[in-house]
Amino acid sequence: MKTLPAVDAVIVGGGWAGLLMAKELGARTSLSIVVLERGPSREPSQYATDMDELDYAIRLRMMQDLSQETVTLRHDATQRALPLRQHGAFLPGAGVGGSGEHWNAQVPRFLPDCFELLSKTTQKYGAKALPDGHAVRDWGITYDEIEPYYTRVDKLLGTSGKAGNIRGKLFDGGNIFEGWRSEEYPTPPTKVPYFSSLFRDAAKSLGYHPYPAPSGNISRSYTNIDGISRGGCSYCGFCARFGCMMSAKAQPTNLLLPIIQKHKNVTLRAGAWVRRVLMDSAKSAARGVTYVDAAGEEIFQPAALVFLASWTFNNTRLLQLSGIGEPYDPASGRGTVGSNLTHQISVPSATTFFDQPLNRFMGSGSAGFMFSDFDRDDLDRSDLNFIRGGFFSARGFGFQPIASFGVLPNSIKTTWGSEWKKAAVSYYDRTGQIIFTGEHIAYKTNFMDLDPVYKDKLGDPLLRLTLDWSDNERKMCDFATAKAVEVAHAMGAREINPFPGLRSYDSTRYQTTHVQGGTIMGTSPAQSVVSPYLQHWQLPNLFILGGSTFPQNGSANPTPTILAFVYRTADAVIERYLKHAGPLS
Amino acid sequence: MLPRRSSATLPPMRRRHFLTLSAATLGGVLVYSLGRKASLLSAQHKPVRIPLRFFTEAEALTVAAAASRIFPSDESGPGAREAGVAIFIDRQLASSYGRDRFRYTHPPFEDASREFGYQGSATPRQIYREGLKGLQGFHRVSPAAQDDALRKIESTVFFSLLRQNTIEGMFCDPMHGGNAGMVGWQLVGFPGPRMSNYDEIEEYYGKSFRPKPVSLRQATGAKVRPSEDES
Repeated sequence: MKTLPAVDAVIVGGGWAGLLMAKELGARTSLSIVVLERGPSREPSQYATDMDELDYAIRLRMMQDLSQETVTLRHDATQRALPLRQHGAFLPGAGVGGSGEHWNAQVPRFLPDCFELLSKTTQKYGAKALPDGHAVRDWGITYDEIEPYYTRVDKLLGTSGKAGNIRGKLFDGGNIFEGWRSEEYPTPPTKVPYFSSLFRDAAKSLGYHPYPAPSGNISRSYTNIDGISRGGCSYCGFCARFGCMMSAKAQPTNLLLPIIQKHKNVTLRAGAWVRRVLMDSAKSAARGVTYVDAAGEEIFQPAALVFLASWTFNNTRLLQLSGIGEPYDPASGRGTVGSNLTHQISVPSATTFFDQPLNRFMGSGSAGFMFSDFDRDDLDRSDLNFIRGGFFSARGFGFQPIASFGVLPNSIKTTWGSEWKKAAVSYYDRTGQIIFTGEHIAYKTNFMDLDPVYKDKLGDPLLRLTLDWSDNERKMCDFATAKAVEVAHAMGAREINPFPGLRSYDSTRYQTTHVQGGTIMGTSPAQSVVSPYLQHWQLPNLFILGGSTFPQNGSANPTPTILAFVYRTADAVIERYLKHAGPLS
Repeated sequence: MLPRRSSATLPPMRRRHFLTLSAATLGGVLVYSLGRKASLLSAQHKPVRIPLRFFTEAEALTVAAAASRIFPSDESGPGAREAGVAIFIDRQLASSYGRDRFRYTHPPFEDASREFGYQGSATPRQIYREGLKGLQGFHRVSPAAQDDALRKIESTVFFSLLRQNTIEGMFCDPMHGGNAGMVGWQLVGFPGPRMSNYDEIEEYYGKSFRPKPVSLRQATGAKVRPSEDES
């Protein structure tokens, strides 16, 4: 194995979390920094010719190459896990920018009580309110502490929206159920696709409080806190599974990469497949990482500081492959690495069919409306048979025909031939979905460890997911479906397909790329892997960034929360750790 | 490292096959030749011979006929025949997709319930080659007999792949060999990669807005290469 000269910091993963840390360290310190990204390199503006549904949205060109590595899945610990041989329920990205290139840029914040979920829930509703077998935890931080970092994230992305709560003062037209914001959104709400306008009006008529979806696809030109300027969205509709051809969508390659490239102290190596984090003999510090480069050579990169930012699965897997910390064992409850696996719930609660055309090709991944009347920390639960909640949304994603053709009312039974074709052509531009996005709490039985059978391209064990839904999520989705059907009727839908209900965890239905847990933060080393500064409890020069550190999922999409914690950790490292290396408190 | 399942699905020597399309079978429409030049066939034209990358001629005729029963050309508009779906599928199967370049194909292969997705070892090429063996002579029988034959295989992996690939061939960008003349996009009112809808998105509430479709090459002026030409 070749050993390279030591650097001050090595960052594993070149997505949102890794590149934000690289940008902060690169711009604010003179540290030598290496970012290792296993996918291909990318430049800031290479997306204009990529607006091809087949290669990008169907063949999934920007996603991880599963022929090299995937995960295995089983529903419970008695089953034998099987590999997920093709993409399905989640779509992790590959290459510089990671999933932050092909995302929709939906950027709501977590609710304040998410961060203190165990203590707040038991205080308010009693210990029995949480389902049997839950593994709900407090994060060791409050919303008030993280709010300034959320605001920095909004100013990085240029987020478009309308605030519903500025320092406790409520504003109609925004989300009055969200946590307080210190400021209004940097840019005004996006334009409203027709389907979303029907949803907004119907929700209002039913007494709900719809608000424009917070969007990282910005509504007009904006220059951010780093001096990066982007133009406003043109509603071309090529967002999810594509890079943005005009950089209206916030992406690591348009917000972070240009700054990183200006700083000579940061080196980005693409095609670098990290295999292990090495420790010193006392197991008290990380020494660096080993990786296989694009030419197949095994390399040791020594570093004084190690940041893992390689998404939920790979962060967890790297710790387990490296023998860092004790793997979580659900039978004994011992160990922490791999626990608290959660996957944000996202279901089409009502698929609606209209008489009039909807012009669905126009839109953006985050243009639309939402309402959060069932996603709030002061919700009256006396009539509800589940805990936590979620929000409803109707977006004009910008629909493309291969994936969208053939969505039909349940009354039509054929799936091919003349009758089917006639109906599918007729309904093609007359259908839209009300989506419910809900919180997935942690359970003792949902976790990750190393698979005993299946290996990656280098012979390392795949990560094994043990994951299934519980009654709380099923009841929540049933409740949401009933509410969404009422909204759909108020929208004037001619026919409605209600969501049939959650059964077993289904790896074939795309849900969201919001899988969390495995290296969670918390208040003590007995129950968590990292501190609320994302610092490893046993190896203080190891930091872990990303959704793998979330003790449980919130209803909201995770990226703003991920970035807020990266900012907070970057500040703590730069202002305190670099002066006195050791545990941050 | 575990041994990879062999992806060899073609015999080492292969006679070159062509799909011969007569104007009568196509109904006088655009098809794309291998050289990417659009050829308009009218009733007077001689048949065109399109070189095939994967299928034999008999296989291509069967796929064309089956795709036409899945997505017929009828009173509700053009179908798989006019869009060139069989040519699209031939190119896809010849490419990395056809040999499962991006799928996890390490053994052991086990049967599983639907929630685990396709767990088989067969590649799209192998699925087609095996599936087509069961449809010999298909293109020579009546449409009603063709429908009967398809109904018998409706629940197979082969049929669901053929159905999915037919939809792809109807609505892909024309650079992939399907959606010839953008007939699929015109059928559903999709304008292709239209660069801006800024002025229209809030102006057409409740009424249709149907700009003329443009392909990716037309929209960008760039010679975009489809992935099937890269490997």
